[in-house]
Amino acid sequence: MQNIIRVENLTKSFGDVKAVDQVSFQVGRGEVFAFLGPNGAGKTTTIKMLTTLLTPTSGTLEIDGLDPRIHSHEVRKRFGIVFQDPSLDGDMTAYENMELHGVFYHVPRKVRNERIEGLLRIFELWERRTDLVKMFSGGMKRRLEIARGLLHTPKILFLDEPTLGLDPQTRNQLWLQVKNLNQTEGLTVFLTTHYMDEADRVAHRMAVIDHGKIVAQGSPQELKQQTETASLEEAFLSLTGSTIRDESANSSADQMRQMARMWGNRR
Amino acid sequence: MSAIYILWLRELRRYVRSRAQIVASLGQPLLYLLALGFGLGPVFQKAGQGSYIQFVAPGVIAMTILFSSVFSGIGLLWDRQFGFLKETLVAPVPRIQVMLGRTLGAATVAMLQGLLVSIVCFIAGFRVAHFSTVPLAFLFMALIASLFASLGSAIGSVLQNMQGFQLIMNFLVMPIFFLSGALYPLTNLPKAFSIVTSLDPLAYGVDGLRAALIGVSHFGIGLDCIVLAVLGTVLLFIGSHLFSKIQI
Repeated sequence: MQNIIRVENLTKSFGDVKAVDQVSFQVGRGEVFAFLGPNGAGKTTTIKMLTTLLTPTSGTLEIDGLDPRIHSHEVRKRFGIVFQDPSLDGDMTAYENMELHGVFYHVPRKVRNERIEGLLRIFELWERRTDLVKMFSGGMKRRLEIARGLLHTPKILFLDEPTLGLDPQTRNQLWLQVKNLNQTEGLTVFLTTHYMDEADRVAHRMAVIDHGKIVAQGSPQELKQQTETASLEEAFLSLTGSTIRDESANSSADQMRQMARMWGNRR
Repeated sequence: MSAIYILWLRELRRYVRSRAQIVASLGQPLLYLLALGFGLGPVFQKAGQGSYIQFVAPGVIAMTILFSSVFSGIGLLWDRQFGFLKETLVAPVPRIQVMLGRTLGAATVAMLQGLLVSIVCFIAGFRVAHFSTVPLAFLFMALIASLFASLGSAIGSVLQNMQGFQLIMNFLVMPIFFLSGALYPLTNLPKAFSIVTSLDPLAYGVDGLRAALIGVSHFGIGLDCIVLAVLGTVLLFIGSHLFSKIQI
């Protein structure tokens, strides 16, 4: 199988801290790949580097044969991303959010309108297309974000903890849809999650990262065998230890989020 | 180009939808116009300067455009806070286009707000001196709007949170307004103060508007135009540069 994501000795330092340290892995075309790790292990930093939002300190990085550092625009057209935190405009309707994305990714108007309708129907949002997004529930927003991420027919879909804060029904439905897209359209999915049962269910292969380093790689089966455990949850704990990690809220984005909560969501 | 258009359209859509905000934002100009217009009117008249409403209306219009455009520009901060900024930064669109679309949108919204206040001024009794120079007034409104929208975008690119916002309000936007001569004539001021006011970009905006609307000018229309256009361009470049440096 040809690899669509190739990462070798990838490192990102912030001052003295190595958030990601000599990480190497490959993701095959059409694969569902889970990137697991405790809070602050370096998952989001890795995703940001893969999606051109951060420049690596050192190492090799290839998305569909292209280096994100050099061909950032070409790489950007090839993936869709659902961020850990919402990135929709609450003051626009669901349709307008989709439309804006389509224009950004140069999807021709006719194709755009068809795909928007198709995707909104798949994710059961078509009836609500003219509602302002700020009126949506958490699950609806997530579905809209995924639909939006798929609008420009990307080859890879990045999902950074997409089921955080969703109820079991919504989570279940969301993974069914993702799995379905992977099977029918051969979409490569790169996901992070804290729910091991979800990773076990949808991922073909996975890597576990801790303190910026990859500690294990393989299929869910292989990880369980490696650690001689019965479930992926146990395998994960055996690989990363059971100490609780506190993610420091020192980044500006985190502070802003706290402010937003304090002031009540204006948007 | 279409990315610029859709971002411009976004600003407009948001403006049209926030009806309560539109009404609320008319409150302050109205207060200045009526309270100062009628309150200071008699003194102004006695000093032999004519009608104060006539004098202050262009200043109030300029003030509205100043506040509206800087705020819209700083709206970037909200986009950062509520995550939408990420969507624009990860898209295959040059950042300069994102910045231009936003800034043009902010400027357009400020223009509309300025026009709305112009109508309010007219209702309050303000009359233009010559209708032939009204297009010139539109030009000045557009210049003020783009200059301060660019300034707002530049500030919004650098600010990390809402604390900084208060700082900008008190130490930049308010001084720009009060030193611009929107409320008082710039003639016969103490020397030092007069130098300070001549460093205020809005002073040239207010002066240009006054020239176009009531036919009175301190600096001269030519200088007003040049200062606004040159500074506006410079700020647009600075804003684009700062915007391109944003990291999330």
